[in-house]
Amino acid sequence: MKGFVLAIVFVAVLFLGNSLLTGGLLPGFSVSPYFLQVVSLAGINIILAVSLNLINGFTGQFSIGHAGFMAIGAYVSAYVTAAFGDRIRGALGMLPPTFQNSALLLIALGIGAACAAVAGFLVGVPSLRLRGDYLAIVTLGFGEIIRVFILNIDAVGGARGFSGIPRLANFAWIYLFAGATILVVSRIVRSSFGRTLVAIREDEIAAEAMGVNTTRSKVISFVVSSAMAGVAGGLFAHYLMYVHTNSFTFIKSFEIIIMIVIGGLGSITGSVLGAVLYIVLTEGLRQFAQYRMVLFSLLLIVIMIVRPQGILGHRELWSFFPRRRRVEPVPPAVAG
Amino acid sequence: MTTFLQQLVNGLSLGSIYALIALGYTMVYGVLRLINFAHGDVYMLGAYAGYYLSRKLKGDEPSLGSALLVMLGAMLTCALIGVVIERFAYRPVRRAARLTLLITAIGVSLFIENTAQLVFGPDPKFFPSLAPRADFHVGGVRLTSEQLTVIAVSFLLMVLLRFFIMKTRTGKAMRAVSFNLDAAKLMGISTDRIIAITFALGSALAAAAGVLIGMQIPKIDPLMGILYGLKAFVAAVLGGIGNVPGAVIGGLLIGTSEVMVVGYLSSTFRDAIAFGILILVLLLRPQGILGRAQKEKV
Amino acid sequence: MRFGGLVAVNDLDLSIEPGQLYGLIGPNGAGKTTVFNVITGVYRPTSGEISFKGQPIVGERSGKITRRGIARTFQNIRLFGEMTVLENVKVASHCRQTADLASAVFRTPAHHSEEKRVDLQSRDLLKIFHLEQFADEKAKNLPYGSQRRLEIARAMATLPRLLLLDEPAAGMNPQEARQLMELIRWVRDRFGMGILLVEHNMKVVMGVCETVHVLDYGATIAVGPPAEIQRNPKVIEAYLGGA
Repeated sequence: MKGFVLAIVFVAVLFLGNSLLTGGLLPGFSVSPYFLQVVSLAGINIILAVSLNLINGFTGQFSIGHAGFMAIGAYVSAYVTAAFGDRIRGALGMLPPTFQNSALLLIALGIGAACAAVAGFLVGVPSLRLRGDYLAIVTLGFGEIIRVFILNIDAVGGARGFSGIPRLANFAWIYLFAGATILVVSRIVRSSFGRTLVAIREDEIAAEAMGVNTTRSKVISFVVSSAMAGVAGGLFAHYLMYVHTNSFTFIKSFEIIIMIVIGGLGSITGSVLGAVLYIVLTEGLRQFAQYRMVLFSLLLIVIMIVRPQGILGHRELWSFFPRRRRVEPVPPAVAG
Repeated sequence: MTTFLQQLVNGLSLGSIYALIALGYTMVYGVLRLINFAHGDVYMLGAYAGYYLSRKLKGDEPSLGSALLVMLGAMLTCALIGVVIERFAYRPVRRAARLTLLITAIGVSLFIENTAQLVFGPDPKFFPSLAPRADFHVGGVRLTSEQLTVIAVSFLLMVLLRFFIMKTRTGKAMRAVSFNLDAAKLMGISTDRIIAITFALGSALAAAAGVLIGMQIPKIDPLMGILYGLKAFVAAVLGGIGNVPGAVIGGLLIGTSEVMVVGYLSSTFRDAIAFGILILVLLLRPQGILGRAQKEKV
Repeated sequence: MRFGGLVAVNDLDLSIEPGQLYGLIGPNGAGKTTVFNVITGVYRPTSGEISFKGQPIVGERSGKITRRGIARTFQNIRLFGEMTVLENVKVASHCRQTADLASAVFRTPAHHSEEKRVDLQSRDLLKIFHLEQFADEKAKNLPYGSQRRLEIARAMATLPRLLLLDEPAAGMNPQEARQLMELIRWVRDRFGMGILLVEHNMKVVMGVCETVHVLDYGATIAVGPPAEIQRNPKVIEAYLGGA
């Protein structure tokens, strides 16, 4: 009951906050659209980082094709809105327009995420039995294949990109899903299933010997992760109103890797931190745009040499606050 | 039939380039179990080294002598670069988890690419012609002097490499390190030196490939290493990563299939073919053609 | 079982009754761990059959074999280092749980009660193995002897009918080894499972096992109760070399 109330409050705060920031609440008060866009895109990065960390950080499987699933989510959801938007809105005619749009967004995101999940399954099942380096290369390859494939589909714009997507997503929606992603991933991780993932990361052979169906666990986490990337993609498309496959290259996948590495593989808080830091650094260094990637890549190398566990390592925010032992056992955080 | 032979020749030429680059990947993986993502970018640097060197030497007519000088200069430069990369980026993390090495390699690759864009400028440059051009026609098949050079030089370099690995003491040491680094160290082999030499050799070969490509397709740009590097990597995996003859076979196969697909099917699939082969290999026979399946000791 | 040109284990005829304490010994390289790996599905035998509770299990993945009821420890300890001692044991009980991922995401009452049950059960197991004081400690921080005990506790959490112990007494002093012997006997008496023990420590083997099976160069050279084995000339020769 308590959780339910908290959720309602959270949603309300988000939507009120959105009105406030866009100037709809207090007359004369608003933030620059540029700032709002940066913050919103940061939210999308949070979804991407946290979902990728489920695979790379917690399960220890090195996937560098995340952008591909984001692309699927973006394009599929955009297509749903473009091709079926009016029909769906018509079917929901009795609802006020904002609810119609919300419903449309949710439907589009849902279908996009489902397609991304299916893709995750198709990619994951054959690939996840490969060793570390090989898995990385295969996922990289699949990411590129997906991108090239989409590039050749004229129905979604092909090389011109997909434009004219209605702006159904905003700051509130993005952070709503960011919050949901963090919640879902942290619940997965702090469960029996989550323990099997970490066990796989620590020692896959031992995990299998202890009765864990490692293939099933890996594929499930991969599919969940891909679905979330699909949601991120859908939000991305409906926020920027235009997508092009150039936004979903392996560079994008690398950027997400950089985020979770900086923050700490195996830490959800770390992923959020990494995503935020990345955006802050990117925007802060915007005047040095040419040097930006040079600095980032140098940073990546230095971190690997000096502190490969990133800022937080395996720790989470709550591990800094020791909790008194309760009588009712609580599933432990992933390492301390 | 002649078209088939023509495609074969074209494929051999392209494949030799892939083979040269693939050798670097395979040798480094052999000694360090590291996929050197940055290797493709070393190839790019070789092309640029050749570009700047040839501009320096420019003056008179393009001649074989100046071409040779340019190639050697580029190879030397990149050998040095390879050793520097190893020393400062890879050696500190040599004992770390595989994923750490992979991320470091990605970092180095991104660093080289972006620095190159800064220093050289992102626009493509045009490689000056180094050697006198000529076309040969044998039985209806056209062989350009560049293609001949590529095939001849690649072949020569590969033979030299094979000789080096098989017959010299250093080569033997390299093979020992690739079997078991710790055991090699215990046998008194200076593993640091051997690893540095491996990087130097691989980078030199990649540089040669860069110069050869520059001679053939005069356009070079800072991101040219990405695609060629990836395809050469596929070639190394196809032949069996860690296996030197495998890299050559893989390179030739990838080059030939690419040319065939473009010639007989369509050019839109040009880049996808390498990825497709990669995925097939990794799913069906991950150890490659000449590789041995690795079993983990429990 | 063949590895390329090398025959590791050949012509092995071994059967274990429920509740039996069975020892497998032999000089180094005799193929003992290979037998383990073949039984637990880590390696697929190149020839021969294995059946458990009347069912053939050759070719099954090791996870599936564990779920059937065969659990093992490892010669080189393979704990989940970054996880706590308690979590190590909890992971092993995952295969005996009923709640699924959806209930975890939605935090249903079923999820909570299942977590509670697993927690209590795991803590009980830790108590049996004198590890309860380490419950929240990372497994990699434990002293060696405790890590070995944790390996066994973890295997026990899968509720096996057959427990395979790979050199559990390695690196233990005589007192620890004696405690281990008592523990093994106690576990068998309490839970009734069959135990297959690979060991080099002769005191432990002869003291605990009811039947001892001797391997040399991958072949069986003797099977019988400890007293017989200790007097068997072929066994003596295998260990000490020919006269």
